[in-house]
This record gives sequence, structure tokens and C-alpha cells, in this order.
Amino acid sequence: MAIQTIALDTPVPVRITDDRTRRPADNRAGWGMAAPFVVIYVIFLIGPTLYGLVMSFFNSSLQRNGLGSAAGLGNYAEAITSADFWSAMWHTVLFTLMTTPPLVVVALLLAIFTDRLRRGRWFYRLVFFAPYVIPSASVALVFTWLYTPGIGLYGTWLEDIGLTAPNWLADPDWAMASVALATVWWTLGFNFVLYLAGLQEIPRDLYEAASVDGASQFTQLRRITLPLLRRTTVLIVALQIIASLKIFDQVYLMTAGGPNFATRVSLMYVYDYGFTDFRTGYAAAASMLYMLLILAASLGWFILSRRQRREA
Amino acid sequence: MTATTVSQRVPARQATTRGRRQVDWRTRYFNWFCVSVLLVFAAIWVIPLIWAADTSLKPDGEIAVNPTTWWSSHFTFAAYRTVLGVGNIQTWYLNSFVISLLAATLSIIVCSMAGFALARTRFRWQRALFALTAVGLLIPSQVLIVPLFKEFNAVHLLNTYWVQVLPAIVTPPIAVFIFYTFFNGIPNELAESAHMDGAGWFHIYRKIYMPLTRPAISAVFIFTFVWKWNDFLWPLLTMTNPRTMTLPVGLSQVSSDYGIQYAEIMASAVLGALPLLVVFLLFQRRIVEGVSTTGLK
Repeated sequence: MAIQTIALDTPVPVRITDDRTRRPADNRAGWGMAAPFVVIYVIFLIGPTLYGLVMSFFNSSLQRNGLGSAAGLGNYAEAITSADFWSAMWHTVLFTLMTTPPLVVVALLLAIFTDRLRRGRWFYRLVFFAPYVIPSASVALVFTWLYTPGIGLYGTWLEDIGLTAPNWLADPDWAMASVALATVWWTLGFNFVLYLAGLQEIPRDLYEAASVDGASQFTQLRRITLPLLRRTTVLIVALQIIASLKIFDQVYLMTAGGPNFATRVSLMYVYDYGFTDFRTGYAAAASMLYMLLILAASLGWFILSRRQRREA
Repeated sequence: MTATTVSQRVPARQATTRGRRQVDWRTRYFNWFCVSVLLVFAAIWVIPLIWAADTSLKPDGEIAVNPTTWWSSHFTFAAYRTVLGVGNIQTWYLNSFVISLLAATLSIIVCSMAGFALARTRFRWQRALFALTAVGLLIPSQVLIVPLFKEFNAVHLLNTYWVQVLPAIVTPPIAVFIFYTFFNGIPNELAESAHMDGAGWFHIYRKIYMPLTRPAISAVFIFTFVWKWNDFLWPLLTMTNPRTMTLPVGLSQVSSDYGIQYAEIMASAVLGALPLLVVFLLFQRRIVEGVSTTGLK
């Protein structure tokens, strides 16, 4: 997961100068060293992408090899007119809307507070980042137990302070929020660490100068910290949106898309049609539409960060 | 905050001393506020883990009677004995370890060579390869599950290590760019002069550039290893035999194995979380640095 979320941020300096004349020996050496990558890359990434695109125009099935009969745009038409497909898309977006704000804002606040400490930073870094390295399956087991109606820790706490505990994962109105809460716990550390790194790059003398001028802590935060963290924030928000749109594990493990499909997200939908109903052609078409959603998010970020770079 | 620099800068000493005292007073309150908020959040963050460990150490009978007490008069490792003795968890550990190790190692070898070729050698279609690799960054691996599954199914490689390792080497091709950026940061003259002296490109890559690339190597290794160790969807689809399952996939089955034996379930969760937690405790600084440098650069 980590490597996927950072994937999009690498600057891509496409500036390969051909200032030297290419010699056949150099040509061979270059291709020779790139060859293992190219072969694996074409077979396991580019190939499947194109195969998936082709498959989406056929009635492919998991039960037989080959593409099956041509479907034209049939799979796409079916997906676009299917209420279930759109409800899965909406659940994906809903999950993103539920997780992104807390994962950005809480991470920012905790990072700002931690950055002020003179001692003990390592402790908070440890506590907040540790869940991030735990497999989703363990997280799901622990939170399912915490959410167990009647005997789970969270419900009991709420009842102790006089509130009625919701039915967490079993209530269609609460299931998504419960999954989102577990996700915030699980992945907050990544953003927290990125923010801490961003904060460390702010020159300390800016704060000293400001406090000499009598600026309050709050003013310093508003006028120095937040503006200088803007690049970091854009990065974190973008990575978070893209990561949240890829939600699958927690939903599959904690609710299996239920209750009553209330938490069925897009990847769950693809999984259901491709691997339970064996309709791989249709699942490939749904995947392609889902990829458009993620590409739209990436594109939005690309435009935003380019504009930012031009301003800087 | 640091008083010495403040007084050095400002000529009118007396005026600032008063001002500083006031600021200090407010700063101190604010610091207290920060620490208390942090402590509350830290508590919220550790409770699920401690609670899981606590539950796993209690006898099942006691959990049934009194599910939410923290203390037990009979703490026991019985659940761990059951999980380790009966289940396949050792096999899952081994599978996850071998797969993650192979994926991380091969990814370093394959992607660093490609990164070097792109950064330091000149060859035909170089720009095209660069662009094609960049496109791969945009393709989420999750949308490849259907075609990739059919591909591996057709060549009968499901339930083997290959189905896990091979796609993980290049998906996503971020490692190529990490190495590319890193190699570009090493002065070109190094490669040029070695090449003039007649050294082959592969030699230059292995003997000169790779030894200078330790930080990138460790970052790529850690990320590929952790990502593959925790990868769930792809192994879930392709490793269906209990003997070939990876740890996360195996763990996803245990709640049906143990039903309401919460101690066993929590023991499984703890055993699943433990290896990487230990690794993280040992290499905390390096892992965090890896996140922040590769994430921000």
C-alpha cells in the first residue's frame, strides 16, 4: 500500500538529452540493462492493461479460456445503466469523503503538536505510525472484535457514558462510518510522518523572528506554518484521495460489502462480478470505468501541483 | 522559544525581556495543551492493540462471562498454543516471507538496472521507454486483477510463488524512478570517465553506482517488502490453497475457524501484526526516513 500511495508523486523529469552521439555498443548496453524490466513490465502490467481493455468489449468468462463472443459496448452500457454499479461508485466516493478530511486534518494537528515537543517525538511517531505496518487482516480482526455488539469495547464505553451504542458493522447507516473509523486508525500514521517531515523543513528562525515581533502562537500557525505546508498538504490530500478510492480490504474483511450492500465499493463490485459470477468481461468493463475515477483524481492533482510549481 | 537568539537580535533588551516573559507564559500553556491532546490521541491509538493483546491472553470462558474487563486472574498463552499448534500459520509466515523477500530483492535488481539505463546510458527508443514506464505509475494495480488472473490461470501458475512475485517486481514501476532520480544525483563525470577508461556500462553500474545508492536500495527494499507482506486482494484471488496462502489471506479465514473463541482470534491478529511491528521497532528511524524522503521527493 505504501508504495502505491507514493507512486504518483515522483517528479518525472523527462529531459533525456541526446547530446552525445549514440553508439551501437551503448545502444546494446542500454537495452540490455533495461531488458529484464521491459519484459516483466510488458507481460505483467502493460499487457494485462490492454488485455483488460479488450476483454471489456467481450463476453469473457472465468470458466473458459479466450475472450468469448463479442459484446461491443454492451458491457459498458449495462454498467452505466445499472443502479448497483452506481451505488458501488457512490460508496467508494462516500468512503473517500469520510476518510480524507480526518486523515488530513488530524494528522496535521498531531504533527504540529508533536513538532513542538523537545523530547519524546519518537514516542508519538511510534504510536501513530505503528498501525500502518499491520496487515489489513489483523486490523479487521481487532476492529470487528471492538465493534462486536453487546460485548465490544467501543459499544460498552458508549453505554457507560449513557449513550446508545449503534450496531456498528451490522447497521447499514453505520457500517461505512465504522469501516472509515478503523481506516483512520490504521493509516493516519503515513500522513502524520509526511507532515512531520514537512514541518522539519520550515526554518526555525522564521518562528523566532515572528515571536520577537510579538506574533502569537496562533498567528504563527496561520501565517507561517500552514502556508509553508501547502505543498505538503496538496500532496497528502491527493495521495489520500487516491488511496481511499482504492478501498477494498477493510470492506471485504469487515462487512463483505453488507449489510444489504451498504458498503459494497467499486472493487468489491468488480470482485463480485468477476470472481463470484465469473463474468470477467463485464468486470473488466466495470474496472475500466472505475479506473477513470482514479485517473480523474490523479489528473486533478497533476494540474493543481503544476500550477503550484509555476507560482513558486 | 530559544531565548539566546532572541536577545542577540534585538537591541532594546529591557523591552523584550518583558515581552518574552509574556510569550513564554502563553507558550507554556499552549505546550501543555499540545501534550495533553497528544496523550489523549496516543491512548486512543494504542488501546486497540493493547486490548487485542489483552484479550488474546485471557481464557475463552472468562471472555464469555466478562468480555470487557482488562484484568484476568488467569492470564494464559493457551490461545497462542492453539493457533500455532493447530493452524497453518507457520506455513503462512514462511510463504509471506519468501514472497516478500523475492519481490523486494528482484525489484531492486531489475528496477535499478532499468533506472541506470535510463539515467546514464543512451539507447534508441529511450524516451518512449521512459514515457511508457511513467504511464504505469497511473495504472492502479487493482484494476488489473481480472486480466492478470486470466493470464496466470491460462499458464497454470495460480497458487505458486510466481503469481505473487512476478507482478510485484514492476507494479507499480515507482522503483525505477526512485533509482533514476538517485542515479541522476550522482555526478555524470563518474560514469563518463570510467567509460572513457574502457569500463563497460554494467561494470559502471555494479561497481560504481550501486554502492553509492544504499539509501535508495533500502527504501525500495523496505517498501516492496512491507507492501507485499501486507498485500491482500491479489493473494486472496490467487492463493486459495491453505498451504500456499500468505499471512493476511490466511488470517482472513481464521474468524470462521474460531467462531466466538475471541482469545484465539485475537491471538491470530497479534501473531499477524507482530513480525512487521518488531521490524518497525528495530528500524523505526530508517523506515520513517524512507517514507518521508520517497514520499516527498
